[in-house]
Amino acid sequence: MLENQTLAPSDGYVTADGRQIGGVMMDLRNITLRFGGVEAIKDISFDIREGEIRAIIGPNGAGKSSMLNVISGFYVPQEGEVWFNGTKRPPTKPYQVARQGIARTFQNIALFEGMSVLDNVMTGRLRQMSSGLFSQALWWGKAQTEEVENRAAVERIIDFLEIQSIRKTPVGRLPYGLKKRVELARALAAEPHLLLLDEPMAGMNVEEKEDMSRFILDVNDEFGTTIALIEHDMGVVMDLSDRVVVMDYGRKIGDGTPEEVRNNEAVIDAYLGVSHD
Amino acid sequence: MSADFLYGIEVVINGLMAGVLYALVALGFVLIYKASGIFNYAQGVMALFGALTLTGIMSGQVPFAHLINATFGTHIHNFGWNVPALGAIALTLVVMVGFAWMVQKFVFRHLVGQEPIILFMATIGLAYFLEGMGDLMWGSDIKKLDVGLPQGGSRWIEDITAGLGGDDFYGFFIDKLDMVATLVAAILVISLVMFSQYTKQGRAMRAVADDHQAALSVGISLNYIWILVWSLAGLVALVAGIMWGAKSGVQFSLSLIALKALPVLMLGGFTSIPGAIVGGLIIGVGEKLFEYLIGAPFLGGATENWFAYVLALIFLVFRPQGLFGEKIIERV
Amino acid sequence: MFYREAGDFKTSYVADSQTFPLKLDKVGFWVTMMVAWGVIPFIITDYWASALLVPFLIYAIAAIGLNILTGYCGQVSLGTGGFMAVGAYACYKLMTSFPDVNILIHILLSGGITAAVGTAFGLPSLRIKGFYLAVATLAAQFFLVWLFNKVSWFYNYSASGQINAPERLVAGFAVTGPASPAWAQYLVCLFFVTLCALIARNLTRGSVGRSWMAIRDMDIAAEIIGVNPLRAKLSAFAVSSFFVGIAGALFFAVYLGAVEVGEAFGIQKSFLVLFMIIIGGLGSIFGSFAGAAFLVLLPVALKIVGVDWLGWPTDLVAHFQLVIVGALIMFFLIKEPHGLAHIWGLAKEKLRRWPFPY
Repeated sequence: MLENQTLAPSDGYVTADGRQIGGVMMDLRNITLRFGGVEAIKDISFDIREGEIRAIIGPNGAGKSSMLNVISGFYVPQEGEVWFNGTKRPPTKPYQVARQGIARTFQNIALFEGMSVLDNVMTGRLRQMSSGLFSQALWWGKAQTEEVENRAAVERIIDFLEIQSIRKTPVGRLPYGLKKRVELARALAAEPHLLLLDEPMAGMNVEEKEDMSRFILDVNDEFGTTIALIEHDMGVVMDLSDRVVVMDYGRKIGDGTPEEVRNNEAVIDAYLGVSHD
Repeated sequence: MSADFLYGIEVVINGLMAGVLYALVALGFVLIYKASGIFNYAQGVMALFGALTLTGIMSGQVPFAHLINATFGTHIHNFGWNVPALGAIALTLVVMVGFAWMVQKFVFRHLVGQEPIILFMATIGLAYFLEGMGDLMWGSDIKKLDVGLPQGGSRWIEDITAGLGGDDFYGFFIDKLDMVATLVAAILVISLVMFSQYTKQGRAMRAVADDHQAALSVGISLNYIWILVWSLAGLVALVAGIMWGAKSGVQFSLSLIALKALPVLMLGGFTSIPGAIVGGLIIGVGEKLFEYLIGAPFLGGATENWFAYVLALIFLVFRPQGLFGEKIIERV
Repeated sequence: MFYREAGDFKTSYVADSQTFPLKLDKVGFWVTMMVAWGVIPFIITDYWASALLVPFLIYAIAAIGLNILTGYCGQVSLGTGGFMAVGAYACYKLMTSFPDVNILIHILLSGGITAAVGTAFGLPSLRIKGFYLAVATLAAQFFLVWLFNKVSWFYNYSASGQINAPERLVAGFAVTGPASPAWAQYLVCLFFVTLCALIARNLTRGSVGRSWMAIRDMDIAAEIIGVNPLRAKLSAFAVSSFFVGIAGALFFAVYLGAVEVGEAFGIQKSFLVLFMIIIGGLGSIFGSFAGAAFLVLLPVALKIVGVDWLGWPTDLVAHFQLVIVGALIMFFLIKEPHGLAHIWGLAKEKLRRWPFPY
């Protein structure tokens, strides 16, 4: 376990369990975000390294989801810079950010309720599909082959997340836990470099959390996807993540490995509390 | 002052008065939309139906006469009595409240929680239904509406202002009926605003407009408020129907008032009472001025059909929530 | 037991994504096609064509068009009448300016012109949503009707302001003008319906269709996961207007023959097509057909009942039509907001299990 300060941005390292962590992929510098008179995010800087699992934690209203929205390009911060893969990112439209390889799930499920599971996950493949309006209208050549290829890729993800039996079900009919899994599938379908998960375990029981944790670890392990996740369950955070950022009232109050953060006074005061043994 | 400039002022004054009437109709929309999220396309037809019922009661018509005659081979048309204006208005109001009750019970009660477009479609269906009903009950021929309101241009104003602009200027031509309409509309608008701000019912209405669940939890009956709101909208519709009906006769085109109110709402925001008023005035003046300055001389006239919409559209592009509407902050 | 999917396994993705996965559906479709193309042209009469079949086919195209925009992409449009007018007037100008070109080409071109106009009027949809957009499309509706009334170039400076379709031939047979036989009119419309339905089916099952539905269901999330909202919305306007323009051109040239823009393409027309897709089912091609059939059939049925059987005067029946259509709209919205297509789907599901109850 290494400290942020002593590691150069471009250096990689190997974790205790043999995973390869690379250089800095997403670097947020002095981000300030305001809505009218309210400052949702005040001068926050942190980075996300390639291949790592980065947790963002903090009490409700701390600005965590807003942070993800800044990374997604949905909110444009009034001050600060977003650096992606070593270059400064100008204000970019969300769909272009997605095309650059950043995918996400949402705190309140944002699936397309009118479509089936399969269609929802297929919408995640837009990055990989390029056939135009005319070719699709006539359904010849490229349109058809592309559809079949991407269907095959999507089926692999459906297998991976074990949701084969519900692939034709309209998403609106699914129970909450399965909807969360479908959202994850949709995000994975984009084969992203950076995966943003907004409270992926919310509302789940112990078994479901274990399943979801396993999936997240597998995604990071097998596909090498960098993951940033917002989560409230401390057990999950401590187990899964390589590094943690702690936010409170829009400010950063802690940044480091799970161990460091757990023992940080400010974090304990604001969020974790002291255990009564 | 040149005659042209003075005519321009006359156009503005007429525009302001038309604007007050638009504002009145728009208010009917805002009331229902605020309280229930329903955009009531039928508001215009409600005005027509109200006016038809009024003339029907006043002239003692037999409702459904045409239908009865066709089915039973009879030839009845009138009861033979005439009801004086005030009494007829009171009776018509009762009918409008009854209508509000029925609409709530049979239609919108079953559509609670549906998406806005479904609710909107339902009001279009309601508009067609009510239009057909009005025709069936009272016949579709043009009726003359006379509740004792003064008609014609005001000679008094014409005479007083004649001297202002030299020999070419004949004085401001301002219709007496328009002036009365403006006055009535203004009174109604002020009373509605006061009602909503200062009375218990008004407060309950605003609570329901804000949050249905919260209103329920403090014991407000949604049903009652919705009936109240539809009745108020019915009252507003009746007044608008009387004003317009007195001017150009009670006929189908009355229902197209609704379409005039839409740009007003786009400008002012769908949920704002002051917005409806300001929007109405802006559209009223803007429309008449455009026609006077550009439409008639250069574009062949009749631009009033669409100018209001284009004006509102341009506005919306820069400010999607309208002048006073709630700013839409999208959250994910 | 006849209509089942048990034992019907697909072994390729292509097979899995076909339009009619169940055998009986497929058979039914081909039988309908054979009757439509091979039987009806020989037995059709003038009355059936002009009262029912031709308007049904034309409105079906318009309904599919509006369904793409409103049902699949979620952009409410009240400008259908105005866009049909664009198609009609484009066709008229093309027919009168290039009399030697085949009318089928003119109709396709009219569709293209309407697509361009529709895209332009769709630009506000990038900033304006929901009701506000619906009202903005009303601006398009009123403006277009005014335009075709005022600018006499559109009706070739004729005194009446009306446009008349000159006679045109396809393969030697007149399809427009008073001399055209019923079956020729019918076949031209059927040709375009088949073409449009095919294109619509292809588009709605591909990534374009999914982008549309994503925008409809959750436009912000859609953008965040990579849907380009500009492309998606404008393409919906374009494709929708293409179909609506074709419908307008056919409505003028083949069906009515002469048109006055205020009566034929006013706001009542916009509402009519909207009612068709609501009753038929939003987001369903079958629903577009069902709704068009229903609303073409209803007035005819009512007239037969009211005038022929009950002996009522026609204006009374017209009033009743309004009452019944209005009541039906409200009824459908309350009982079955997903329209006839959904009812049909439920019926088929029951049939799948027949004779077992569940």
